[in-house]
Amino acid sequence: MKSIDELIFPEDVRYSDDHEWARQSGENILIGISDFAQDQLGDIVYVELPKIGISLNKGDVFGTVESVKAVSELYMPVCGEVLSINGELENAPELVNHSPYEKGWMIAVRPDKPSELNSLMGKTAYLEMLMGLK
Amino acid sequence: MMRYLPHTGEEITQMLQTVGVNSLDDLFSEIPKDCCCRLGLRLPEAKTEWDLNEHMETLSARTAAGSGYKIFIGSGSYEHHIPAALTHLLGRSEFVTSYTPYQPEMAQGTLQAIYEYQTLVCRLLGMEVANASMYDGASSFAEALLMAVRITGKKKVLLSRAIHPHFRRVAGTYLSPTGYQIEEIPFDETGRTDPHRLLKSDDPAAIAVQSPNFFGCIEDFLPFAEFARETGALFIATFTEPLTFGVFKNPGSLGADISCGEGQSLGIPQSFGGPGLGIFSGKMKYVRSMPGRLVGKTRDLEGRQGFVLTLATREQHIRREKATSNICTNNSLCALASAIYMALLGNTGFHALALLNRDKTEYLKKGFQKAGFSIPFQSPTFNEFVVNMPAGFEKKRKTLMRKKMVAGFPISNLYPDLSDHYLFCATETKSKADLDALLEEAAS
Repeated sequence: MKSIDELIFPEDVRYSDDHEWARQSGENILIGISDFAQDQLGDIVYVELPKIGISLNKGDVFGTVESVKAVSELYMPVCGEVLSINGELENAPELVNHSPYEKGWMIAVRPDKPSELNSLMGKTAYLEMLMGLK
Repeated sequence: MMRYLPHTGEEITQMLQTVGVNSLDDLFSEIPKDCCCRLGLRLPEAKTEWDLNEHMETLSARTAAGSGYKIFIGSGSYEHHIPAALTHLLGRSEFVTSYTPYQPEMAQGTLQAIYEYQTLVCRLLGMEVANASMYDGASSFAEALLMAVRITGKKKVLLSRAIHPHFRRVAGTYLSPTGYQIEEIPFDETGRTDPHRLLKSDDPAAIAVQSPNFFGCIEDFLPFAEFARETGALFIATFTEPLTFGVFKNPGSLGADISCGEGQSLGIPQSFGGPGLGIFSGKMKYVRSMPGRLVGKTRDLEGRQGFVLTLATREQHIRREKATSNICTNNSLCALASAIYMALLGNTGFHALALLNRDKTEYLKKGFQKAGFSIPFQSPTFNEFVVNMPAGFEKKRKTLMRKKMVAGFPISNLYPDLSDHYLFCATETKSKADLDALLEEAAS
């Protein structure tokens, strides 16, 4: 595992307590897991994503991510309807390891409350939480 | 190895002193009094080995089983010849004493045996992936229903009423605390599940049909597979007699999403009903939702072939309450028996044995018909079929039992609407003379 200063935390996404990130993309929000989360999990071998069209609340499980050593649930950082999923991950789950914020995105949602994104942590707050964890 | 010898009185006293209690009763004082057996064990005096053998022989002579009896019953458990080579190989200590193969570096033999079993099951059933086995056909069937609910997210399952009643009861037990709904599809006058009674509005998670069904009838799977496709349900094909697929088309080629059932007929003794073998197989696209253990083939660091437990993240020691099943083991020795059985028979032998079963059964069926008995269900059958016997046959059946002949299974116990209906089975273990003797007795 890497130390925190080796990990990447972009400024243009918001972070949840459960290590998901959320990024504004037009009117929608893209969701994935942070570099810290993928690094903790290790080599990811399978990503299970939700059915398109379902509506989920903040904190609901939207899928699971399976690595060689663990299975973890994925939690919604905001409320919304699932508009699309990253189909690439079915055959290339390792994209979550190599490119957690770009090619490794997981779902796109139409948020119920567009302002909810702001309730998530920015880079600084997330880093502080991670330092506390260490 | 620890020997199974009881502790001496002296040792017990020593141990009680060490832990600081006065007596065994004090040691177990935590156990509530009303949970303890107060009557004591009323065991007879010890017997000599000679007396004990005689006692056991007397007991065994009281049951209509074993040598000397001609048994014409299948009904979910089938009498077949078991090759001596199988019994010998199965008794090898490497297989008999081995525990669950957690450690691939220590358990290549066991793991490879399970892998071969899975491969043979896939070939027999025409399916893409099979697990390492489950407890028995009924629990395997119940697991299949739960898997369909997991995959589809729907809550109702449709079961053919011609599925073995014990399978349906176990499914009921599994599903009763879950809130999932079971509905039964009736059978028609041909003895087969009636596809006209399916309702699309039921929007089921699964439609399950057994072939040959409890009445021995070969089902036509196509309308059920099509119904499943149209409604987004999974089509579960179950069975109690897998030898059938030596002559009839297998579930995979007929559109089954999951094929599961009892494997006892593949080289496992009937043993009064258990242990059995829960065969479970499915389509590869559903592998992550499958219950049970899976063994996969891989390569080690030096590029050599090796076998390991795979996709273990489905299981409860990793996924806890989100696991696909609370069964984290398999019936390995029984699975091995069936793998040896299939391998010993081979493709040709399996086909020939299946033909022998079908032909003997057809001979018996024609004999009953010639003697004027009614065969109520006119569907094709494999090695068992239903005869509607005249009222009063039950008395004759009891008489025949004294002549060491077990003449059919009265299905009215399980289907009250089918009084005087008896299920007859003829496997390769019955000679022409045996079949003729049964026909003669029945007609007399």
